[in-house]
Amino acid sequence: MNAPPWKKLFGPGFIGMLSSTPFLLLMLFGFVAPLLCVVWFGLMPPKTFDILQAPTLENYKTIFGQTYFKSILWSLVLAVSTVVILWVVCYPLAFAIAKIFRGGGYFITYAIVTSLFVSENIRLFGWVIGFMKNGVVGGTLSKYFDIQIDSLLYNIPVIILGMVYVYLPFMLFPLVLGIRMIPDPVREAAFDLGASRWQVFRKIDLPLSMPGVMIGSLLVFVLSIGAISEAKMLGGQKVVTIASDIESEFTYAQNWPLGSALSTLFIALTTVVVFFALSRFDLEKLLGKKTS
Amino acid sequence: MIVTRTQKAGFSLYAGIVLLIFYFPVFCIIVASLSEKRFFSFPYPSEALTTKWYENAMESPQVADFVGISLRIAGLTAICSVIIGFFSALAYARYRWKGRQTFRRLVLLPLFFPQSVLGLALLMWYNFLDITPAWWTAAIAHTVWIAPITTLVISIQAYGLDESLEDAARDMGASRWQILSRITIPLLMPGMVSATCFAILLSWGNFALSLFTTGADSSLPEWLYARMTTGYQPLVPAVGVLSVIVAVVLVLVLFGIIFWTNRKTRSSIPSH
Repeated sequence: MNAPPWKKLFGPGFIGMLSSTPFLLLMLFGFVAPLLCVVWFGLMPPKTFDILQAPTLENYKTIFGQTYFKSILWSLVLAVSTVVILWVVCYPLAFAIAKIFRGGGYFITYAIVTSLFVSENIRLFGWVIGFMKNGVVGGTLSKYFDIQIDSLLYNIPVIILGMVYVYLPFMLFPLVLGIRMIPDPVREAAFDLGASRWQVFRKIDLPLSMPGVMIGSLLVFVLSIGAISEAKMLGGQKVVTIASDIESEFTYAQNWPLGSALSTLFIALTTVVVFFALSRFDLEKLLGKKTS
Repeated sequence: MIVTRTQKAGFSLYAGIVLLIFYFPVFCIIVASLSEKRFFSFPYPSEALTTKWYENAMESPQVADFVGISLRIAGLTAICSVIIGFFSALAYARYRWKGRQTFRRLVLLPLFFPQSVLGLALLMWYNFLDITPAWWTAAIAHTVWIAPITTLVISIQAYGLDESLEDAARDMGASRWQILSRITIPLLMPGMVSATCFAILLSWGNFALSLFTTGADSSLPEWLYARMTTGYQPLVPAVGVLSVIVAVVLVLVLFGIIFWTNRKTRSSIPSH
């Protein structure tokens, strides 16, 4: 006998769907609709604030006719260098937190989590004070070591330093989760069988912690490609990133349609990267539950 | 794992260096906030040490306004995102339903999205809906980004939820509402409290989303950013330090609550 349809409707499946509804509504009205709005606005004639006009591809022509590809390229270069540097910086630290330290691991975790709650701007401003002319570093060097240095700000390495600094937690914690998944007996067995340290790292640690590495890289990549403050506060006018291009179209230039078209391209680029990466790795493994 | 002493020392040294560099900017901010002179130069004589900028910050009605707006945004964000996060955590971790796999991917989407662009998109959306941006529209923007985080935080707790407790209550004739209020909510309480903690703190420090969505109201990080780029005075780092202290106090208070609820739930529900 088939259950009446209303009974089926109120089964556990229905409850699951029901409890996902508030979130889905939020996403619909706070995420999907605004993004569609951006895409549509990118098709409006330049310099308008009215959304109800005949669509045109004029903005895209302007974008490809100008040097915006340069700022896209810069954003990519900065984001990729940030990811690569963070691999090197975070892997040993994450390994230590996951496998070696006990109480100390908690201490480091708390110390770094707490920094997450301090506005990014304040922390970046600390670097400005540290690195400016007669700042903490320059002043100390000239007073105690008699070395005169000019401002260390406004160059590309310092922008990357700022990004590495701000996004470190987003690489570190996924890595810690990933490295926790490496079973110790496997590593020990490899050592017993005569594998070198490097071999264990290449053949065991890295592949088994790969989900963590991927999630961390993805997070850092997306966050740093959209970053505005680092290039502005630490880099001066040295480099114009795509995010600050977009921002200036919306503020100084007051050309919303062009800004929207740029945002659309930018969103498309990030989405391609994220979907490509997410389709290859299963996030569920990280949260410690098998997918069923 | 077997670790030799030198290895452990090496890792500790490395971690120490990373933490030192990590807190170097915070140190710089504190140094700058204590300097009497308007233009910062280091090192300054110890006579130039002053706390007057802190006094100025505490007394300034302007700063109080920005703090008020930031607190309002954080409060509303926390309420919305914890309520939404509670239900979506159940959908994420507790119930089995069609669409769950897709839902799990969807939850992460806003996290993997550049915040500044999300803020802009919302600005255009508000413009389209003819809504004038104000502090509460910023709270909506924050919720879009923070609700996924609260969902994940509560989900971790929901994974550990013992389903048999809910089943037992149902078998004994408890209604849906009774199960929710007597079993599910108390069991998930620690997760919800830490989610509240995350929500308040992340909203309190957020700049990228607020930048475009606060309209005429301005949050504390926005004001700090504006003053850092033009019109610097040591009041700026002083307010920065104070806002860090507020965040740290909030963390401590909320960790205290977590500890307390943990003990309470443990004593009210027999261990299994």
